[in-house]
Amino acid sequence: MKTLKDAKVGDTVIVKRLHGEGVLKRRFMDMGITKGVQLTIRKVAPLGDPMEVNLRNYELSLRRADCEMIEVE
Amino acid sequence: MDIKIALAGNPNSGKTTMFNDLTGSTQRVGNWPGVTVEKKEGRLKHDKNVIIQDLPGIYSLSPYTLEEVIARDYLLNETPDVILNIVDGSNIERNLYLTTQLLEIGCPVVVALNMIDVVRKNGDVIDVEKLSIELGCPVVVTSARQGEGTREAAEMAILQAKAHQQAGHPHVFEGPVEHAVAHIEEGIKNHVPASHLRWYSIKLFERDEKVIQQLALGHEVMAGIEDAVTTCENEMDDDAESIITNERYAYISKLMDVSVKKAPRKGNLTISDKIDRVVTNRWLALPIFAAVMVVIYFIAITTIGAIVTDFTNDTLFGEWIIAPMHGWMETIGAPLWLDGLLVDGIIGGVGAVLGFVPQMLVLFLMLAILEEVGYMARVAFIMDRIFRKFGLSGKSFIPMLIGSGCSVPGIMASRTIENERDRRMTVMTTSFIPCGAKMPIVGLIAGALFGGAWWVAPSAYFIGVAAVIVSGIILKKTKPFAGEPAPFVMELPAYHAPQVGGVLRSMWERGWSFIKRAGTVILLASIVIWFLSSYGVADGNFGMVEDMDTSILAAIGGAIAPIFAPLGFGNWQATVATVMGLVAKEEVVGVFGVLYGVSGDAMTMVEEGAFSGLAPIGAHFTMLSAYSFLLFNLLCAPCFAAMGAIRREMNSAKWTAFAIAYLCVFAYAIALIVYQLGMLFTGHGFTVATAIALVVLAFLLFMLLRPTPGRNKSKLAAARTRAAGSP
Repeated sequence: MKTLKDAKVGDTVIVKRLHGEGVLKRRFMDMGITKGVQLTIRKVAPLGDPMEVNLRNYELSLRRADCEMIEVE
Repeated sequence: MDIKIALAGNPNSGKTTMFNDLTGSTQRVGNWPGVTVEKKEGRLKHDKNVIIQDLPGIYSLSPYTLEEVIARDYLLNETPDVILNIVDGSNIERNLYLTTQLLEIGCPVVVALNMIDVVRKNGDVIDVEKLSIELGCPVVVTSARQGEGTREAAEMAILQAKAHQQAGHPHVFEGPVEHAVAHIEEGIKNHVPASHLRWYSIKLFERDEKVIQQLALGHEVMAGIEDAVTTCENEMDDDAESIITNERYAYISKLMDVSVKKAPRKGNLTISDKIDRVVTNRWLALPIFAAVMVVIYFIAITTIGAIVTDFTNDTLFGEWIIAPMHGWMETIGAPLWLDGLLVDGIIGGVGAVLGFVPQMLVLFLMLAILEEVGYMARVAFIMDRIFRKFGLSGKSFIPMLIGSGCSVPGIMASRTIENERDRRMTVMTTSFIPCGAKMPIVGLIAGALFGGAWWVAPSAYFIGVAAVIVSGIILKKTKPFAGEPAPFVMELPAYHAPQVGGVLRSMWERGWSFIKRAGTVILLASIVIWFLSSYGVADGNFGMVEDMDTSILAAIGGAIAPIFAPLGFGNWQATVATVMGLVAKEEVVGVFGVLYGVSGDAMTMVEEGAFSGLAPIGAHFTMLSAYSFLLFNLLCAPCFAAMGAIRREMNSAKWTAFAIAYLCVFAYAIALIVYQLGMLFTGHGFTVATAIALVVLAFLLFMLLRPTPGRNKSKLAAARTRAAGSP
């Protein structure tokens, strides 16, 4: 299973499924990370975490550990 | 009858600018009851019968974040006459997500399509009429920054409110969902107000815990609902919450296709992207961040800040007000106690409050600019990695840095942290960082006992930082801070040029809220301490006393001094100095000078490095007990002004008490461990106190190293879902 955590800077991926439940999952979805949406990895913070992702025409910053919940292809 | 307009929208949608533009100078700023979230209310500039209630910036109406719950409760329980929904036109897709939820509440809605200037500049075209028809509510084009359309938006909202024109229900959901929702509506229509029926039904479909709790429906009804939801979930092969969110976004995508024409992007880079390429660049981000912080520190603390603070404290209050007041009181022959109460107690107390304000305004001005520009979000992005380990936010760096100058503005700077738990943690730990006023104490101890050793001052900073880290780790595992950490899923807003009006307003609001809320605490405390330290029994009579030795405070100090005996400074002088330090930390030095009979001004000696004059103080301490005294004074409850700031930011007496108690207990524990183990290692034998210190140390280590309670469970659950998810 490939997750967003494995994606590299510059990659564009499509969300296949969100794992987990509760607050974090809902927050992801509220911010527009839903099935089928396209994510572009823009950059990683200087200390290696979090990372910046572009989706639905805006910039979102996510922690790598949390990205494990997002299955992509 | 007044008309109530609720202002709702995403963070960074220009909601605050819109609110300022609509209400002008009629704003009232407070807090939502019992929480640290700001509440702003005002009246429409052109029509004083219209109340405008600003809601917290939110992305959704989920039950998970404090801000969202506040907004929900307000919209449902306070029943505003109309919702004015600010939508950032340049980020329309995600902003409309909230709109689809607001439309379900059953209240008239007007959409203000904001930042239209940015949309135009990008060359995008939005078909407003189409959008309005599809959404079933009026859409007004606005640019709050340029004052365009804001009045029209408010007037449209008033019109809708007067007509009780409920928003239509756009066809957001597909058949199976609508079917289930209709089913739920049927089941609960006698339990909820008719206007909110759709809202409650959709929330029940999502299995929204807050709504389930609130409605407390009977078993039969709930079983019927669960049945409808499960059927739909099986049909759509997803969980109910995901179905709803997915369909909202799917609906918005379709809406985008018919109503928005995006201009092709040149080279795919906006101005914000270009700035970010430098500012959050892998190699440049940290140096730039450091440079920004140096500039802020330099301006707010070292140069302008120090000048204005010295002016208000020494010149304005010291020379221009207090000294002439003393002289005047003398000429009119006022009794000594009145002179003392008015001038030293009250005016001195007011001075203690106001003395910080100019410096705070300078600092708040710069923080407001950083926020307006959009750099604050980048600070969190850059620093998150380090700070989240201690249960703090990346934005906690700024309060800590400012705190090294003065804890008061430092604590107030925590306002920029969006998560309540991180904010509370920052408020609690900021005063560990030694502020400017604690430096004289460090100088005193270093001079009187360590011969001015160079390492004492750096060790104070090191201990401060260590105390923040240790406390962060300990506290985040305790009950008040327990539970799932807040998700860090944060928008990086586009950069904007700061607006003079907005920046100045934000600066003034924060300064004023400090004066108002913290001022009373500081003033009262100053008067009490003044009374205790200048009254006492001398020559058998109660009255004002010349020497502090005979004051009530000295008596109290003598009574509670034994508490500090295990820390090595169980004498009344040290106790009194510590208490006086609560007025202002640098007082400790002066009080020591007086109580130990230093000839001359102890503060001047510390400043000039004339350590030999401090010998009378040194005679009462050992190196170890002096260092223990220093530790306790660095870490314990800060001065009243900072406690007032804590009170202001916590907005709760309970949390304030908890914070101050924690600081004192932590300071006591550390000083105890250092003193007792120091005694042990310097050959003073193993005593009961040593044993206690070892127990305290063991407890501290346990709290520090124990796994987070409940963490294993959630990890297991996550592993299980992962296992279930993989084919």
